[in-house]
Amino acid sequence: YTQTSGGYNMPTGVTEISHAVHKVHMAAFWTCVAIAVVVFGAMTWSIINHRRSKHPKAADFHESVKVEILWTIAPFVILISLAVPAAGTLIRMEDTRGSDMTVKVTGYQWKWQYEYLGENVSYFSTLTAESNAARQLHSGVDVTKVENYLVDVDNPLVLPVGKKIRFLITANDVIHAWWVPELAVKKDAIPGYVNEIWTKIEQPGTYRGVCAELCGRDHGFMPIVVKAVSEDEYKAFIAAKKGGTAVAAAAPVASDAAPAAEPAPAAAPAPAAVEVAAADTKAAAPAPAAKEEGKDELMKKGEAVYKANCAACHQANGTGLPPNFPSLVNSKVANGPADAHVTQILKGKNLMPPFPQLSDEDVAAVATYERLSWGNKGSVVQPAQVAALRK
Amino acid sequence: MGTQAAQKSERYFVPQPSAWPFVLTASLIALLGGVSAYLEEDHIGPIPIYAGLAVAIYIIFRWFRGVALESEGGMYSAQVGRTYRWGMSWFIFSEVMFFGAFFGALFYARELSLPWLGGEGSKIATNLTLWPGFEAHWPSNGPAQLGGAFKTIPAFSVPAINTAILLTSGVTITMAHHALKASKRGACILWMWATVALGCAFLYLQAHEYIEAYTELNLTLRSGIYGSTFFMLTGFHGMHVTLGTIMLISITLRLMSGHFKPDSHFGFEGVAWYWHFVDVVWLGLFVVVYWL
Amino acid sequence: MAHAHDDHAHGGHGHDDHAHGPDKGIMRWIKTTNHKDLGTLYLFFAFIMFFIGGLMSLVIRAELFHPGLQFVDPEFFNQMTTLHALVMIFGGLMPAFTGLANWMVPMMIGCSDLALPRVNNWGFWLLPFAFTMLLSTMFMPGGGPAGGWTLYPPLSLQTANAFPFLIFSIHLMGISSITGAINVVVTILNMRTPGMTLLKMPLFAWTWLITGYLLIAVMPVLAGAVTMLLTDKYFGTSFFSAAGGGDPVLFQHVFWFFGHPEVYILILPAFGIVSTIIPTFARKQLFGYDSMVYATAGIAFLSFIVWAHHMFTVGMPLAGELFFMFATMLIAVPTGVKVFNWVATMWRGSMTFETPMLFAVGFVFLFTIGGFSGVMLAMTPVDFQYHDTYFVVAHFHYVLVPGAVFSVIAAIYYWIPKWTGRMYNEFWGKTHFWLSTIFINLTFFPQHFAGLAGMQRRVPDYALQFTDFNVISSIGAFGFFVSQFIFIFNVLASCYGWFGRQRNAPDRVWEGARGLEWTVPSPAPYHTFEDPPELPAHEVTGVHDH
Ligand code: HEA
Ligand code: HEA
Ligand code: CUA
Ligand SMILES: [Cu+2]
Repeated sequence: YTQTSGGYNMPTGVTEISHAVHKVHMAAFWTCVAIAVVVFGAMTWSIINHRRSKHPKAADFHESVKVEILWTIAPFVILISLAVPAAGTLIRMEDTRGSDMTVKVTGYQWKWQYEYLGENVSYFSTLTAESNAARQLHSGVDVTKVENYLVDVDNPLVLPVGKKIRFLITANDVIHAWWVPELAVKKDAIPGYVNEIWTKIEQPGTYRGVCAELCGRDHGFMPIVVKAVSEDEYKAFIAAKKGGTAVAAAAPVASDAAPAAEPAPAAAPAPAAVEVAAADTKAAAPAPAAKEEGKDELMKKGEAVYKANCAACHQANGTGLPPNFPSLVNSKVANGPADAHVTQILKGKNLMPPFPQLSDEDVAAVATYERLSWGNKGSVVQPAQVAALRK
Repeated sequence: MGTQAAQKSERYFVPQPSAWPFVLTASLIALLGGVSAYLEEDHIGPIPIYAGLAVAIYIIFRWFRGVALESEGGMYSAQVGRTYRWGMSWFIFSEVMFFGAFFGALFYARELSLPWLGGEGSKIATNLTLWPGFEAHWPSNGPAQLGGAFKTIPAFSVPAINTAILLTSGVTITMAHHALKASKRGACILWMWATVALGCAFLYLQAHEYIEAYTELNLTLRSGIYGSTFFMLTGFHGMHVTLGTIMLISITLRLMSGHFKPDSHFGFEGVAWYWHFVDVVWLGLFVVVYWL
Repeated sequence: MAHAHDDHAHGGHGHDDHAHGPDKGIMRWIKTTNHKDLGTLYLFFAFIMFFIGGLMSLVIRAELFHPGLQFVDPEFFNQMTTLHALVMIFGGLMPAFTGLANWMVPMMIGCSDLALPRVNNWGFWLLPFAFTMLLSTMFMPGGGPAGGWTLYPPLSLQTANAFPFLIFSIHLMGISSITGAINVVVTILNMRTPGMTLLKMPLFAWTWLITGYLLIAVMPVLAGAVTMLLTDKYFGTSFFSAAGGGDPVLFQHVFWFFGHPEVYILILPAFGIVSTIIPTFARKQLFGYDSMVYATAGIAFLSFIVWAHHMFTVGMPLAGELFFMFATMLIAVPTGVKVFNWVATMWRGSMTFETPMLFAVGFVFLFTIGGFSGVMLAMTPVDFQYHDTYFVVAHFHYVLVPGAVFSVIAAIYYWIPKWTGRMYNEFWGKTHFWLSTIFINLTFFPQHFAGLAGMQRRVPDYALQFTDFNVISSIGAFGFFVSQFIFIFNVLASCYGWFGRQRNAPDRVWEGARGLEWTVPSPAPYHTFEDPPELPAHEVTGVHDH
């Protein structure tokens, strides 16, 4: 998992900051141990020697201003000696000035989106298919045999070493937190706001992290992988990404510019995308949204989108996990008016998160798939219909 | 243990077992359960709501009447009086903290979150990447302009009149108190009715203001953070004025039926304190919600 | 606990000039205004809630026993986490402390009952109703709340039909806490027997006075916070939505303005209990009574200005992070004073280790460990690493379980002979202590390691390198749960006289105990101290003999 962690302590990590943090952590730890030795030592001594069998007559002192002042001041001094280095480290951590590049990180239920600002590169990163299959309830898979179980993603975040990288962290639906222990970076991703944090990785390697803020059902299944590579490899990576195809194929959903949908208070506001990102995603989007599509095509595509986005809750065979995750078989929504169905996909409902990040085509496909599978008798949905409902 | 007769009046009053609290709780559950079901649109019908409300109001009435009768029946020692005084003070303190949460929200929105959305301080990227072009100024319904453009109610129109009304009512209730202490029951009752009238006038104007906000100014609960804080603060205050007025009325009716003595009238004082509290909250509202 | 009812006719104190006695049968409990009856009800209610919350924690620990999902859907897991916390805190600990206050405060300060007996009854009965409402959400379409006990929006706003039930049940719990707190505070301020000045009061009364103050100050704030959630969900307000100019983080500020004082609400009465028990069994007066009182007040004061240490990662301005770090670390100073005073009380005492003392000493050791991890968490730059990991889970369970829950258990062993007139079984009490202590450390100590190594909290499944820690932790949890059956047995045995029907507890159950409660018979008569008692100097805890 990590090269630097002993497995039971905080990793020392691979940045200057992470080293400093680790130092403060160990200083605090040993301070506590020292105090514990004194306090618990005195108590144990007393328990052994001042029990009634050994010490039948209790002393009768019950106050002493002198010692009380002493043990008010002493902890105070100790605390200051801890607070000063902590404050120094904190001040350095918060200084995002003078960065060499910026990556925007957006949390979704339940995946991450990375956008290299100024590079026209943006993609989603999700739990690998293998882990995802293994982690389903009653999957029958022995998870201990799965390589990198729960800590691997399809598209890692690739970063150059030796550069000061600024992260802009936000979210699209609920609060998430982006955390990579070995970089000592953890920041909440808050819908509608952008937090900043930075890192400068010293060693090439693969560093794994997780979403650290409860974000709903699959909070435990949106890991983070950072691949730190040399400057040249990084450049090659960006160039390849710009080539285009890799992006659309790798991400489970074609990323579309997040629509400026009217933000309902329950669902988080859909942020208006940055200009660069918008330009980029247009290049990556597979087809113009308005194209009419045949039913078979939609069904086939819909199945893929369904597996990637919906099956975790509604299950591959559509039966869901009632009562929390309703069955789609014979469901009112899948057999009812298409508009309501599409709106629910776009805006979510209760536990179901909104999926505005899916392209019109993907939404149309998945809705069609749901409406015509498992004996459902709904209608075919066209991308144009979805586009109209987004407004 | 001493002569019982002599000690009895000095003993702290411990009431008989009572079913009021239990029934009150059950009715509240019916009420809140009914409202919950209504909010979630699986209708179980309005019966639990109305029945719960009716029973709750009935029990509250019975309970307070019971206390009034016990008090008039001479069952309360001076120590019981102190209990009610302390109790009322702490209760009002808890109410202050409840309003504090909403005042805090208002402060946070005006001083922190809106400026951040507008790109101030360390959150410049918020503005640039998520809400380009948004400029923070108060009043605001946020970068998405929730609820559409709206106008606000100027402080020095109806709100100023309402301030005057409430301040005056603070004076009238004090006059009533002095009259009661001076054994001038008739004057006391008159001053009390004057206070009630002022309370009703306040409520009338407030309702008027709300109607105007909704129909003419397009200022609604949905008008972003301004609408949220405006209506929640003034709305909860209005609810307290309503409660306070009901309390004033019941105290006045008790006065008219001969309750309270010049030197012992905690029920009266409790209500007066509550009224002053409502008054003070309004002053805060007037300054930070309407004026600044 | 249940056995006050046959005491009415008990000799000595039973003033029968009273027209009223308790009703019969179930109506006695529904209508009672008696502080002892209500204390019993509170404690039984807490007992049941501890049990339900414990079962929920077992669901959590069973699922986490091995990596992979074996038993429950992740959504249900999240419901368990959320409800476990709400049930334990609002249904278990707080009512347990209120129950103890009900029973003991009037007997300690020498008055006949709590100041407002009918309100007291209301405060209790709100709880079973509120929790029925809360727990019923598990069976609703969409299931119970699953957004964590902290209810952060926007996630909590995704709750389905359960949502309004959740909010209203919290309102009712809040009303219950506020009425209970006002009652205790007013009782302490107004009803002390003549001669019992504030600085002669037993420390349990002192800590409850300050706890009550905290409750009255912060429960309304929680009510405000959840009210804003309700209107955001149903009435279109935008307190917590950036689109309308609000901020999801605003909720966190309001919540933790309540939430941090809340954790001291859960520990201050525990401090009071421990400060009562240790001197008894050390046969030596409490060391530094005055500084104990000032330290309690100091903790309460500081608790209002540290709330954002739960939110270091939300992206506060640097100045805020620094302020909250320094203020939080300061709390170690008054808390340290307490710990040192307990040690000094034991120092050169003449100690015996009956069950209450064992739990009290266990408390001092294990709470202090939880306090140490608290101070580590307070250091902002490192909290970035600890936050939302099992390190935090370990921290707060150390202060809550071998901290607060141990103190409740200690208190029950300490006072139950006074309530029932019968001793509990010492052998089983000691066994209960040792098993609890071993298993609780097995449960929560490895969680420190899991957290430091990178395991985040609130997940139903985890990466393989955390397996060993979780296996041990789950074994510990099951062991701890099973060990509590000894306690249940011991308590019921004392209530129902399973070790012989006669009431054998002397008035002064513990030789070193001081306080007015030991001057009345065991079991304590249904009405105690209808007339304010004399206060003999040797029953006074606070000492002013110079
Ligand atoms: C009874 C409950 C209780 C108590 C008493 C405490 C006590 C303390 N807590 Fe804890 N805390 C919780 C319950 C409690 N906590 C809960 C429930 C959470 C998580 C909530 C959630 O997210 O769900 C939490 C979370 C929590 C966090 C947030 C962590 C995070 O989410 O990232 C922090 C950070 O500062 C913190 C700090 C402290 C501190 C400094 C104390 C101090 O009061 C401790 C002081 C005591 C000592 C230090 C020991 C004795 C002192 C000495 C022997 C003197 C000498 C010592 C030194 C000089 C170090 N706590
Ligand atoms: C008082 C509070 C309290 C108590 C007692 C406990 C007790 C336990 N807790 Fe819990 N816990 C929390 C408060 C508490 N917890 C909180 C606040 C959270 C965070 C929730 C969130 O993330 O939102 C949490 C979360 C939490 C988690 C993390 C879940 C996650 O992140 O997904 C885990 C996992 O192991 C856990 C386990 C346990 C276990 C095994 C116990 C065992 O100790 C349980 C066994 C205990 C008993 C059976 C009760 C025993 C007591 C008595 C018998 C006394 C009798 C009383 C009277 C007579 C009146 N708890
Ligand atoms: Cu995303 Cu947790
Ligand atoms: Cu805290």
